[in-house]
Amino acid sequence: MLTKTHFELFGLPTTFALDSAQLDQSYRHLQGKIHPDRFAAGSAAERLQSLQYATHANEAYQTLKDPLARARYLLSLHGVDTQEESNTAMPAEFLMRQMEWREAVEEALSAHDIDALETLLRELQRESGTLQQAMGEDIDQRQDYVRAAQTVRKLCFLAKVRDEIAQAITTLEN
Amino acid sequence: MALLQISEPGKSAAPHQQRLAVGIDLGTTNSLIATVRSGMSTVLLDDAGRALLPSVIHYRADGGADVGCAAQLQQCRDPQNTIFSVKRFMGRGLKDIADIVHLPYRFVDAPGMVQISTVAGVKSPVEVSAEILKVLKARAEKSLGGELTGAVITVPAYFDEAQRQATKDAARLAGLNVLRLLNEPTAAAVAYGLENGSEGIYVIYDLGGGTFDVSILRLSRGVFEVLATNGDSALGGDDFDRRIFCWVLEQAKLSSLSNEDNSLLLAKAREAKEWLTEHAEARITCVLSSGDVVDIALTSNIFTDLTQALVAKTLAPTRKALRDAGLSIEEVKGVVMVGGATRMPNIQHAVGEFFHQEPLTNLDPDKVVALGAATQANILAGNHGQDDLLLLDVVPLSLGLETMGGLVEKIIPRNSTIPVARAQDFTTYKDGQTAVSIHVVQGERELVADCRSLARFELRGIPPMAGSAARVRVTFQVDADGLLAVSAREQTSGVEAHVTVKPSYGLSEDEIANMLQASFSHAGDDKQLRNLREAQVDAQRLLEAVTAALRKDGAQFLSTPEQQDIERHIQALQAALEGSDVVAIKQAADALNQATKTFASRRMDASVQRALAGHTLKELEI
Repeated sequence: MLTKTHFELFGLPTTFALDSAQLDQSYRHLQGKIHPDRFAAGSAAERLQSLQYATHANEAYQTLKDPLARARYLLSLHGVDTQEESNTAMPAEFLMRQMEWREAVEEALSAHDIDALETLLRELQRESGTLQQAMGEDIDQRQDYVRAAQTVRKLCFLAKVRDEIAQAITTLEN
Repeated sequence: MALLQISEPGKSAAPHQQRLAVGIDLGTTNSLIATVRSGMSTVLLDDAGRALLPSVIHYRADGGADVGCAAQLQQCRDPQNTIFSVKRFMGRGLKDIADIVHLPYRFVDAPGMVQISTVAGVKSPVEVSAEILKVLKARAEKSLGGELTGAVITVPAYFDEAQRQATKDAARLAGLNVLRLLNEPTAAAVAYGLENGSEGIYVIYDLGGGTFDVSILRLSRGVFEVLATNGDSALGGDDFDRRIFCWVLEQAKLSSLSNEDNSLLLAKAREAKEWLTEHAEARITCVLSSGDVVDIALTSNIFTDLTQALVAKTLAPTRKALRDAGLSIEEVKGVVMVGGATRMPNIQHAVGEFFHQEPLTNLDPDKVVALGAATQANILAGNHGQDDLLLLDVVPLSLGLETMGGLVEKIIPRNSTIPVARAQDFTTYKDGQTAVSIHVVQGERELVADCRSLARFELRGIPPMAGSAARVRVTFQVDADGLLAVSAREQTSGVEAHVTVKPSYGLSEDEIANMLQASFSHAGDDKQLRNLREAQVDAQRLLEAVTAALRKDGAQFLSTPEQQDIERHIQALQAALEGSDVVAIKQAADALNQATKTFASRRMDASVQRALAGHTLKELEI
C-alpha cells in the first residue's frame, strides 16, 4: 500500500481534475479497513501496521483534497520540481496585484473592518479558483508542466495572503 | 494433584466474553458514567436512581471526602473545603485562573499545576478529580457486576496537552484503564448521529459548566469525520452565574463578602439563571451573615444584556471553526446543542440567529456526551456490535517547535486528522555546533512565550561542521490516541534522539505510583501483583487476536513452516502464562508479536486491496 501513488491508493485517475465525491468515499472506505480503532484488540504488530497505513492514508487524502498540494504532487510524479523556495521570479503585473491586496488588508485591519476582510478573502478565493482551472488544463490537456509549476508558485503567494487575512480577522475578533 | 482454580466473578477469561467498558463524562458541574448494554448505550444510575453526580468534593477533618450531593450540601457551610468546578484547575497554573479572587479556596502555587490546601491536606486537582472518578467506577462495578476492562473519558476538544495529561493521571489514580480520551463534541456527535441516523454536515455547540467547544463534523454512513474544532477552555455556564453575582453586588451595593456569603450568593445566582430558562423573571432573595438582606428581581432582558459579551465570546470560535473547515453557514445541516448551559434561551436564540436555523435540542444535553463515550469504549475494548462505526478526530491546537529568536515553527497544523506524521528539516546556527535543543510547543501564536511548552530534549553528537551545514530532520507523529512522539535525526551522521511527549506539569510516574500505593488500603493490591495481572491480560488479548487471525486467514497467507513457527510461539506464550513470571510472559508475548509481523502486514495489504476492489465495484453500480 505504501508503494502506490496517492491516486492509485484511492482508485483515481492520475489527473488534476478530481472527482472529489469519489475521493471522499474511497478515503472513508479505506480508513474503515485500516484505522487503528479497528485493531484496538489486535496484536502489537497489527496495531503498528495500522498506525502507519492510517497515517499514510490521511497524508494522501489531504494532499489530493487540496488543489495546490495536489498539483505539486502531480508535478513531482512527472519529475517537475515546483521550486517554491528558490524561484521567486513573478510577472510584474502579478506582483502589483499582490501589493494592492496586501495594502487592502492593512487598511481593513486598521479600520477594524471584518466585512472588508471577508470580501477580500472571497475575492482571493475566486482568483485562486481561476488560476487552478488554468493550471488543471495545463497539466491534464497540454502537459505544459513548466507553466503549471509557475502557477503553483503564484497560488502559493495567494495562499500566504489568504493566511494573512484569516490571521487579521482572528486578531480583530479577539 | 493440582487444585482446580476458581476465578473471581467477572474475571473469568472466557473467549469472546463481553468486556466491561464504560464511557465517563467528567464534567465541570456534573459527571456521568454510561455503558453499552445489549447494543444500546445506557447511563448508569446510583442507588438513589440518579444519573448525574455533582462534580463536588467535600474534604473532612478526619481526612475523608464526600462526593456528589452530600458534598454539595457543604458548599455554603464549609466553602474552603468544598471543591467544585475542579475541572477548571486541571493542568493550570495559578496565573491561568482568571477569577481567583472570588474563589474561597486556599490555593498553593506549585510548579505546573495549582494545588488547594484543605482540612484534609494539600490536594492537587488531579487527586480531587480522581475522587469523582472513583465514585463513578464503584457505581459501574456494582451495577455491571465485575471489574472494568477500560474506560473512555471525555475532555473538551479544546483542552491542551497539559489538561489532557492531568485527566489521564486522575483516571489512573482512580484505578481506571484509559482506553482513550475522547473529545466531548465528538462523543456527542456519535450519540446524536446514531440516534437520529443523520447524514451531512453537523455543528456541535457544546457549552458546559466551565468550557466551550465547537466542532464541525461530516456524518456519512457510520463515519464521523471531524472537519474542524475550536473553543475556549475557560468559558462556561459558571461565567454566567458570575455575571449575575457581580450584578447583584453592584445593585445591592455590597462589597467584600465573607467566603460563606460569597458561596451563598453564587448559589442563588445559579438558581436564578436556571429559573430564567422557563420564566421571564427570577427573584434573588437571601439574608447574609452580615445581616444584610438581598432581594432583587432579575428579568430575562437584564440577564440577556448582562451576558451578551459571553454569548458573543462563543460565536468567535464558531466562525473560526467554519473558516478552518472551509464551509459556509448554508452548508450546515444541523446544529446540535450539548451541555447544560445551552438550556439558556438567550444562547439558543443567538445560535439560531447565527446559523439561520433552529438549533437541535431534542436530546438530553447532560447525557449525550457520556452515551457517545460508552459507544466508543465498547469498540475500543474489542466488543463487536458496531463494526461500521468509525471516528476520525483531529488535533485541536497546532504543534510546533521553537526556532531562533523564540519563534514557533508549526509542524502539525490544528485540525489535522489523526493519526498524522510530519517531518521538517532544520539546520544548525553556529559553526561547529554539535548539539541542538528541541523545544516542543502547542498553540496558535507566533511567539514561544505565548504557547504552551510541552517538552524539551536534545540531539547530541552531531559531528562539527559549518553553521547551516547540518540537516536535522524533526518528525512529529500523533497517534490515534492523540499522543505525540517527536524524533530528531541528523541526516549526514545519522545521530538520533526521540521523546514521547508528556507535558512537564503532569505528575511523574513515581508520583502516581506513590499516590496509588498510598491509596491502597488492602495489601492484596500491591504493585507486583498489578503488573502480573496487566501482563496476563495483555498476553491473553494477544493470544486471542493471533488465534482468531490464524483461524481466519492463516492458510491463505502463510506457508506451512510459517504457520508452524507462529504456533510454536503461541505455545511458548501459553506455557509462560502457566507461571507467574512477569518478565517471561512479556518476553514470550514480544516474541509472538515479532513472529506475526509479516502475517499482519500481508493481512492488512489484502484488506486494503479488498477495500479498493469492493469500492470500484460499488462505483460501477451507480
